[in-house]
Amino acid sequence: MSKSFSAIGAAAQDDEIDREAFTPGIEPQATWCPGCGDFGVLKALKGAMPEVGRTPDETLLVTGIGCSGKLSSYFESYGFHSIHGRSLPVARAAKLANPGLEVIAAGGDGDGYGIGGNHFMHTARENHDMTYIVFNNEIFGLTKGQTSPTSPKGHESKTQPHGSAKDPIRPLSMALSSGASYIARTAAVNPRQATEILTEAMEHDGFAHIDFLTQCPTWNKDAKQYVPYTDVQQSDDYDFDVHDRREAAEMMHETEDKLYEGEVLTGRFYVDEDRHSYGEEKRSTGEMPEQPLAERYFDDDYDWERSYDLLDAHK
Amino acid sequence: MTEHELIWRIAGGSGDGIDSTSQNFTKALMRTGLDVFTHRHYPSRIRGGHTYVEVRAADHAVKSRGDGYDFLLALGDSFARNPQASGEAYYGNEEVKPLSENLDELREGGVIVYDEGLLDTDEVENFDERVEENDWHVYPLDLRGLAREHGREIMRNTAGVAATAALIGMSTEIFEELMSDSMSGEMLDTNVEVLEEAYREVSEMDFSHDLEVPTGSHDEEQVLLNGSHAVAYGALDEGCRFISGYPMTPWTDVFTIMTQHLPAVGGISEQVEDEIAAASLAIGASHAGVKAMSGSSGGGFALMSEPLGLAEMTETPLVLVEAMRAGPSTGMPTKPEQADLEHILYTSQGDSNRVVFAPSTVREAYEQSREAFRVAYDYQIPTVIVIDQKLSGELASVPASHFDREPNADLGSVLTEDEIQEAAHHASGTFNRFQHDPENGVSPRTIPGQKDGRFLASGNEHTPQGHIEEDPDNRVAQVDRRSRKLEAIRDDLDGQDHSNQTYYGPEDAEHGIMVWGSQQGSVEEAVDRLNDQGHSVKALGVSDLMPYPKKEVTEFLESVDECLVVEMNVTAQFRGLTQKELGRFGETMSSLLKYNGNPFEPAEIVEGFEIQVNGGDEPPTAQTRIEPAAGD
Ligand SMILES: Cc1ncc(C[n+]2csc(CCOP(=O)(O)OP(=O)(O)O)c2C)c(N)n1
Ligand code: SF4
Repeated sequence: MSKSFSAIGAAAQDDEIDREAFTPGIEPQATWCPGCGDFGVLKALKGAMPEVGRTPDETLLVTGIGCSGKLSSYFESYGFHSIHGRSLPVARAAKLANPGLEVIAAGGDGDGYGIGGNHFMHTARENHDMTYIVFNNEIFGLTKGQTSPTSPKGHESKTQPHGSAKDPIRPLSMALSSGASYIARTAAVNPRQATEILTEAMEHDGFAHIDFLTQCPTWNKDAKQYVPYTDVQQSDDYDFDVHDRREAAEMMHETEDKLYEGEVLTGRFYVDEDRHSYGEEKRSTGEMPEQPLAERYFDDDYDWERSYDLLDAHK
Repeated sequence: MTEHELIWRIAGGSGDGIDSTSQNFTKALMRTGLDVFTHRHYPSRIRGGHTYVEVRAADHAVKSRGDGYDFLLALGDSFARNPQASGEAYYGNEEVKPLSENLDELREGGVIVYDEGLLDTDEVENFDERVEENDWHVYPLDLRGLAREHGREIMRNTAGVAATAALIGMSTEIFEELMSDSMSGEMLDTNVEVLEEAYREVSEMDFSHDLEVPTGSHDEEQVLLNGSHAVAYGALDEGCRFISGYPMTPWTDVFTIMTQHLPAVGGISEQVEDEIAAASLAIGASHAGVKAMSGSSGGGFALMSEPLGLAEMTETPLVLVEAMRAGPSTGMPTKPEQADLEHILYTSQGDSNRVVFAPSTVREAYEQSREAFRVAYDYQIPTVIVIDQKLSGELASVPASHFDREPNADLGSVLTEDEIQEAAHHASGTFNRFQHDPENGVSPRTIPGQKDGRFLASGNEHTPQGHIEEDPDNRVAQVDRRSRKLEAIRDDLDGQDHSNQTYYGPEDAEHGIMVWGSQQGSVEEAVDRLNDQGHSVKALGVSDLMPYPKKEVTEFLESVDECLVVEMNVTAQFRGLTQKELGRFGETMSSLLKYNGNPFEPAEIVEGFEIQVNGGDEPPTAQTRIEPAAGD
């Protein structure tokens, strides 16, 4: 391992990592409203990191824009607060450049399923080894309460005064059909399950999508994100095999309907441990070096190739 | 036509192999010791449609396609015909025929070789009269039949090249050499047979023309490259190992060349879902410590406007290529224009800074591509390399030694782990990534994974630690610091041992011509001709567009009575930029503009100049336009 990335891998073995390591020394004033579900995500994430054995220096958290996007301000690690909808393309390139990093992307439902929907589909399809957290509060929070892609049909807002004529999108099904290899839903009202799921997601080798139900008490009091939920893995009523694509698809469909009917189901919905991550695929076709590319720039002994050697074809 | 140069045009249907045939022919001419330069004309369709490539070869330096041409090899439009039921139109009903379409620019005394198996002079209006009038020499050959007899029909290009060689006095050897570089086995054997047979047959004919290939010799070994190759090679040599893109003509060429070479040098190429993603990926890779680039053409670059601003605000080094084509919207995909300048300078919201390089030649494309990376990483700022469809696709011979330089994989203003320990840390222990004080505006960065270098990069305005902040003092300090970079970059570029601006012509000339980007070669040729005709003219080619080379341009404009600004757009964008940057010279600059999809020919610039000097504002030809000075 190159000297320049001494953080990566070293601390995990040697030192105890505690959740406080992920609390910024100068905590910026929180802009989240009291009671906001986003606090739950932060808490769960801070809880998961020591479980995964990652230090702040070896973690890169890329966020989008929205209340959810502020996560990177309150979480101590390398961070990148990007632009609305674009956390995924930034994050996945960072992972390709330095596979040693723990890469997490996060954003809201508007950010991830609306403006960034195309990236969501393609990042899942490529199965990058990273974790993607979508704060699903069924509303645009930061821009003050407009209808979002996950708002229920009939949802009234200033931009949809007659009630939304659109069916909400189905994020879990979308992730599945796009190719994500780990798909779960959890909720801010239960940080214990959320921590477990986040830990699993980060340990998973592939694209892990977490639809994270968060409440927005300021703009969306009607959403079901506050109510107690059922963990599908804990309940005998929901017996399905998370490794079976078809069964998972059916469960997701059911869950996605039930959410709007008031029954909140959470847990793991799909886990595929066999599918190779994108990095592995690319390495196997010779499109990506074995050694993390980013390390090479710090390696004084590396002999950089020159275009001069390619000129034969032009003579 | 002179004994010192030859311009050969090969014309036919898209898909006829015109491109590869002309490339080989160009290389062959280069190998005989000539300087070469090509011009590509092709329609925006895959099969069928008229296309041609012009190859100019001379015993001296060639800078443009020149005006007109000497030798036409008119192939058919074979791929536009149904290969099964021969003769049947297959892809559309092509009205444009290689023979009739190309005659207007053929010079007096020129040579025409056409495939009589596919083309018929009866289709060309007043053919015989025109031939006589212009003293053209016409050689109908059954290229298709010849190729079929000795190999395969598809090899009629080879037959055409052999016929050309026989008619201008080249030997076949050099072509055989080139063929064996790229093919082998039966393919090679039959091609060689077609080549030799056609050569023999044509050699035995009676010639009436006196056109000959010039002879030349190079002092140094030459290579044949286009602008896209030069940009890509500059990037590779400057340590770029990550590219992300989405195909769009003509940017696709740079993207493809990089993709072809990156895996072999341990780099990564990503074709992604759209241009917003493409630019964002390059930002992500760069943030993680890899030299990265992306790019597109007009419409795709428009999509990159928000990530471009993100790179500026987060101070993530980013290199983008903008390969211009005619717009707006999807415009004319395969035609050059220089009309994206303002889009490139001002796209993205806010008081944003970027550095813009617009190379004018293949050599300069390599030069400025390297410069774009150096500046982006040293100053943590987005840089844009602007080329156009002309420069991206034209081939030129360049001494191989031009590319013989040390690689530079330095990440620029990045700290090592030891340096991080000593660098400014906030009381909390956090690294002060965005310090206010550096003189040149550049506050060194760290790479994720480095111990104790943690910081938050944010597209929102932020404190020195990277946290979102709207405090007025912090805002002013950050804006001021980021803005200081441009001044520092200007000083840095001025301090280089080479200038990116090109002076041409006698220093004390009375008149000036100013030009940017790919049109410079034509302007230089025009300057030579004008001075030969007794005018007193010099030119300045500007290749650094932002930060603008104020001092150099001011001195140039002050040294001449008036200046004609030559560019390929209708709104005189470069002249507008010059006026905006310098705040004067409105009365001394006029414009010669062209926006019909074809680059300037030197003759058009000569005519345009004469009209300007004589005080007229009539267009010199129907294809160009004069925009008089503000005071006129
Ligand atoms: C390109 C662009 N369009 C619109 C916006 C304005 N904008 C900021 S956040 C946001 C929506 C936030 O909603 P969501 O993603 O659901 O996140 P939340 O605030 O609810 O966490 C919008 C539309 C923007 N910043 N950029
Ligand atoms: S507006 Fe809603 S989502 Fe945003 S901070 Fe307040 S409660 Fe949370």
